[in-house]
Amino acid sequence: MAEAKKEPRGWKDLPLSALPYKLSLEYKTGSWRAFRPVIDQSKCIKCMNCWLYCPDFAVLWDGERVSVNYEYCKGCGICAHECPVNAITMVPETKKA
Amino acid sequence: MFEVRWHGRGGQGAWTAANLLATAAMLDGKHVQSFPAFGPERAGAPVLAFTRISDEPIEIHSMVYEPDAVVVLDPTLLATVNVVEGLKKGGSIIVNFDGGAEELYEALGVGKGEYRVFAVPATKLALEILKRPITNTAMIGALLKAHPLASMENLERAVKARFPGKVGEANAELIRKAYESTREV
Amino acid sequence: MSGGKVPKIPLEKQVRMAVNGDEAVAYAAKHSLVDVVAAYPITPQTIIVEKFSEFVADGEVHTEFVPVESEHSAMSAVVGAAAAGARAFTATASQGLALMWEILYIASSLRLPIVLAVANRALSAPINIHCDHSDAMGMRDASWVQLFVENTQEAYDTTIQAFKIAEDPEVLLPVAVNLDGFVLSHTLEDIYMLPEEEVHKFLGGYRKVTGKTYVDYLGKEVEVKLDPANPLSFGPLDLYDYYFEHKVPQIKALEKAKEVVKRVNEEWYELTGRRYGDGVIDAWGVEDADIIVTVLGSTAGTVRHVARQLRKEGVKVGVLRIRLYRPFPFEEVANAIKGAKVVGVMDRALSFGSFGPSYLDISAALYGLKERPLLVNYVYGLGGRDVPPSLVRRMFEELIKVKEEGEVKEPLKLLGVRE
Repeated sequence: MAEAKKEPRGWKDLPLSALPYKLSLEYKTGSWRAFRPVIDQSKCIKCMNCWLYCPDFAVLWDGERVSVNYEYCKGCGICAHECPVNAITMVPETKKA
Repeated sequence: MFEVRWHGRGGQGAWTAANLLATAAMLDGKHVQSFPAFGPERAGAPVLAFTRISDEPIEIHSMVYEPDAVVVLDPTLLATVNVVEGLKKGGSIIVNFDGGAEELYEALGVGKGEYRVFAVPATKLALEILKRPITNTAMIGALLKAHPLASMENLERAVKARFPGKVGEANAELIRKAYESTREV
Repeated sequence: MSGGKVPKIPLEKQVRMAVNGDEAVAYAAKHSLVDVVAAYPITPQTIIVEKFSEFVADGEVHTEFVPVESEHSAMSAVVGAAAAGARAFTATASQGLALMWEILYIASSLRLPIVLAVANRALSAPINIHCDHSDAMGMRDASWVQLFVENTQEAYDTTIQAFKIAEDPEVLLPVAVNLDGFVLSHTLEDIYMLPEEEVHKFLGGYRKVTGKTYVDYLGKEVEVKLDPANPLSFGPLDLYDYYFEHKVPQIKALEKAKEVVKRVNEEWYELTGRRYGDGVIDAWGVEDADIIVTVLGSTAGTVRHVARQLRKEGVKVGVLRIRLYRPFPFEEVANAIKGAKVVGVMDRALSFGSFGPSYLDISAALYGLKERPLLVNYVYGLGGRDVPPSLVRRMFEELIKVKEEGEVKEPLKLLGVRE
């Protein structure tokens, strides 16, 4: 029972009720992105405005520096808009990092 | 099966009377049904209620069209409502009426011998005992004089359960008085 | 009701009362240890929640009573309560049921064992407060179990049974108990109630969450309820990848529901001495009948009353009351009526632009047979138009004529409408 079931599942392998069978964390939304936020660490003042405004909890803080979780970031650009020191640039995904 | 049609005005307690009679007969071990002539309650407007009493379970679920007895709570209805409509031949008319027999027959528009007619001065009795012109319980007493559809004992039980305390006592007294005062005319 | 075996609780131990249909439902909800009632008043249902709120005010129940601002909220509140594991109940009618509509589908898809009493009433316009089945028929595709009762006694019995059916682990679907507005809701009849503790025993006490399921991300089987220790999210997005699959268990559960309705009917019979046919249909005199009338709800008694007279006159007639409307008991209905020459199908609702709803179901039930009776659909009693025995008799007389002529000239008739 405990081993992961293969996709796509049939109706017998779904939980009862209209319950999801996996966490939303398994839905990686990073592929939705057309523009990628890139943080210029030299400009960043670590005010955490971007962390506060990110609708997807995709801004990370490791205790020293701010970074972006690209597995989930949808590239909405709110962080870049809210950054008070213009440390975040939205770079087209067509360009290499 | 015995079917009663109650004529009253909205607010006079015709439905309550229908229910109290049914409850009393239920306590006697009968099968019963009682209901209003389904409508939104309108104070003062002529209303109908019905009671069915039977030794057998009652299956039918429609209004009563050919009652065995009609009870009229308010004599002013006689001028506007044809209370004998559909009444079975030889059926009973029990009216809250404080006047002469001829006057009543004329108000009903029926000839002598067509139906059995009973009169009781229910408003007068209610004013004496309840101090209010509420005649619904009195008219149950009058009906029981014409037709022993329920025992007086169980009617009192039903009335006292519906109106606890002094109000119930007074209504029980009114029912007894009305029963004694009812005359076939 | 049929005699024979002595019930576990003999009649002298049951409580005889004279109550109307709404009060009977309120007492049944009280006896069923309902945890949450959320409701909004609407005629002719109002007496149910009015009476129940008296029980709450008098401290006779432990129930959380939520006076909401609309029926949409009432159904939403009981969805939340049932998802949290409560035994939840509400009641409505007509426009109120229409306003609940979108949440009805959510209640059933989330597999929540809610019980809803519907005091059947016509839909506007024009505004009408009286009985027909238009309101209930609007929810017939909502994956609810729908039962229609014939009298006040059955309203009491069925409301209690509804909790047992809904909470059965093989069902886990909401159940609607339909009682005809005014004709039952406001009609006082003599009934037997059970001593309250016997109902508690019948239902196994307070609701226990019977739905269990394996959830991958928790790595274990959990109860299907809102629980901080085992967080579940009810009804999030499903697109064309899984929505279709999610509907299949609902279909299967409804199939099971029919058997559970039958079983609970038998359990109730053993306990109380009362049962309603086999639970899904209630047949009278159909075995050798040439003419059968099918009907839902309180009109069944009036039809049977007339049928008894006709039998005495030598006419072979039968009556089939359909007690379980959804899931529709196709097999049982077909078996009961297939031997007749003519069947009159009474519907107190119309699928405008089509036939009465039960006519469509009964047609489908008969289609697979090589030999089928002739069918005539009688749409009757809309907006509370009374159904006296004389009108029922006229319908039977028409059906006798159809039998003699051997053909149906008018498949859809409006019974009792003025020209």
